[in-house]
Amino acid sequence: MKFSDEFEQRFQEMLTHYPTKRSVLVPTLLYAQDEAGFLSDEVISEVAGRLGLTELDVRNVISYYSMLTTKPRGRYNLQVCTNIACMLKGGEEILDHCSRRLGIGHKGTTSDGMFTLEEVECIGACSWAPAVQVNYDFYENLTIEQMDKVLDEYKKKETQ
Amino acid sequence: MAFLVSHPDEVKVVARRFGQGATSIERYLELDGYKAVQKALKMEPDAIVNEVKNSGLRGRGGAGFNTGMKWSFVPKQSPKPKYVLCNGDESEPGTCKDRLIFEHDPHSVIEGVMIAALAVGSHTGYIYIRGEYRYLSVIMQKALGDAYAKGFLGKKIFGGEYDLDIFWHGGAGAYEVGEESALMESLEGKRGIPRIRPPFPAVVGLWGGPTVINNAETLASVPHILLSGAEWYANLGTPKNGGTRLFCLSGHLERPGVYELPMGYNLKKMIYEVGGGIPKGRSLKAVVPGGSSTPALKPEEIDIAMDFDSVAKAGSMLGSGGVVVLDDTTCMVKFALRTMKFYQHESCGWCIPCREGTDWLKKTLTRFHQGAGLKKDIDNIQYLSENMLGRTFCPLGDAAAMPTIAFVKKWRKEFEDHLEGRPCPYENRGAVEQLPVLSH
Repeated sequence: MKFSDEFEQRFQEMLTHYPTKRSVLVPTLLYAQDEAGFLSDEVISEVAGRLGLTELDVRNVISYYSMLTTKPRGRYNLQVCTNIACMLKGGEEILDHCSRRLGIGHKGTTSDGMFTLEEVECIGACSWAPAVQVNYDFYENLTIEQMDKVLDEYKKKETQ
Repeated sequence: MAFLVSHPDEVKVVARRFGQGATSIERYLELDGYKAVQKALKMEPDAIVNEVKNSGLRGRGGAGFNTGMKWSFVPKQSPKPKYVLCNGDESEPGTCKDRLIFEHDPHSVIEGVMIAALAVGSHTGYIYIRGEYRYLSVIMQKALGDAYAKGFLGKKIFGGEYDLDIFWHGGAGAYEVGEESALMESLEGKRGIPRIRPPFPAVVGLWGGPTVINNAETLASVPHILLSGAEWYANLGTPKNGGTRLFCLSGHLERPGVYELPMGYNLKKMIYEVGGGIPKGRSLKAVVPGGSSTPALKPEEIDIAMDFDSVAKAGSMLGSGGVVVLDDTTCMVKFALRTMKFYQHESCGWCIPCREGTDWLKKTLTRFHQGAGLKKDIDNIQYLSENMLGRTFCPLGDAAAMPTIAFVKKWRKEFEDHLEGRPCPYENRGAVEQLPVLSH
């Protein structure tokens, strides 16, 4: 299992922040997922080994956190918030539109492996609703047209 | 990047440096940054605690406990290290204020953690930032690095005798981790399952050591209190409710946004003047005053002061400051369902009343919204919710039950309107003009 130098550096530094090794588990898993795309058996075994935990311990933690996944995802994880504030401003319509345009449902991935669609809970953009997050980037005060533009931009980026 | 708004009624304390480039440490120093902590270094710990206590600052995360009082519970002598933990796992639906603080004024949070550490005699602090806010952890990492480089953190801070380390820690998506005991579990690298209390974190917290846990907005308020005085801060608000707070206005409003208003500001004025009122000539149906877990208010109930005690008197809670406004096109059954769907998703399953209760309520409300509800279901929703109250380790069960009880009690007619297979009489009327014409 090979991670980037940045990952290794961060991992080593994080270990110095806490009295127990285990404390770095959650952020380490997220950074590992950012690099590997998802938390495969190999990643889980690697992280467990490094921290002196059983794989079961690690899986137990993964299943709790909604951002962690053991299933492959598209390169762009399109997270549409439909929680109360977004719902009032058309979040469900945005989700519906993305679902129809991409031809996938909740947690589905497009056949080209580009997008995964996810209906998510509040992402902290209530005053700027409706909002989506593509990987870690926020897009707020969206209309259907703007949502289309965002999707087009990612598609363009991919073909370049 | 979140948009900034302003209104003449605002009193900017925490938001004072928003939009002023204070993420740069040089700029922060120009704007009175790190002066409060230097003052604190010359004070006795008890004097810091008393100053914060007297300011009337109450926890901005939602519980509203007096911050100075919370600090005073930390034992002076402890065989185990003491910790300060900043809760930046903001995820209560309707709340988006900590995000602005981290984005515009990260050093104020660091300085707040430093002062809390000095007050309780801790040498290690953690700033927990929710995983979705990745761009904010990048900002925070730089801010911490800059503070270390200046000698404000690390060994012998400000050239004195005190050692203090502060680290940021990232989450990975879990609402429940915002609860303080679950937050500690998460920081220790475990599932965010709440702990039984007592013992409270102030006595037995992170790795068994005494731990002070405060919301990011609470800690960002502390430097201002030390610089301008407890009395000044207390006088900004109402009795026992010192200062100002960031109110996140969202939903059906002309000018949604995050506004810093004095504690005790009138809710009606907040909606109609600060928030610009309800758009498109529609009328108000309901207001959720402090995040999704607080019972909604009817239009006739909103002429109240927005401080912890006044909102409690009105039968709700000031909570986390997330004011969600619903106009008359909203279906309350659907709104109740969406709220419950959230809590069902976020329940960790540790306590049976919450795990089973939220699931059962979600199923009942779904059926109801589809028009297949029975009359007895209405009472059943209330009965189930009432039986969740106070029967769980953490307040997530209460957070799901309290608003649901209010929805059923206050909008019973809307529930009855859904009976006997009638289609939802309110569905999507609000969003109709947003529905797209689809083309591929």
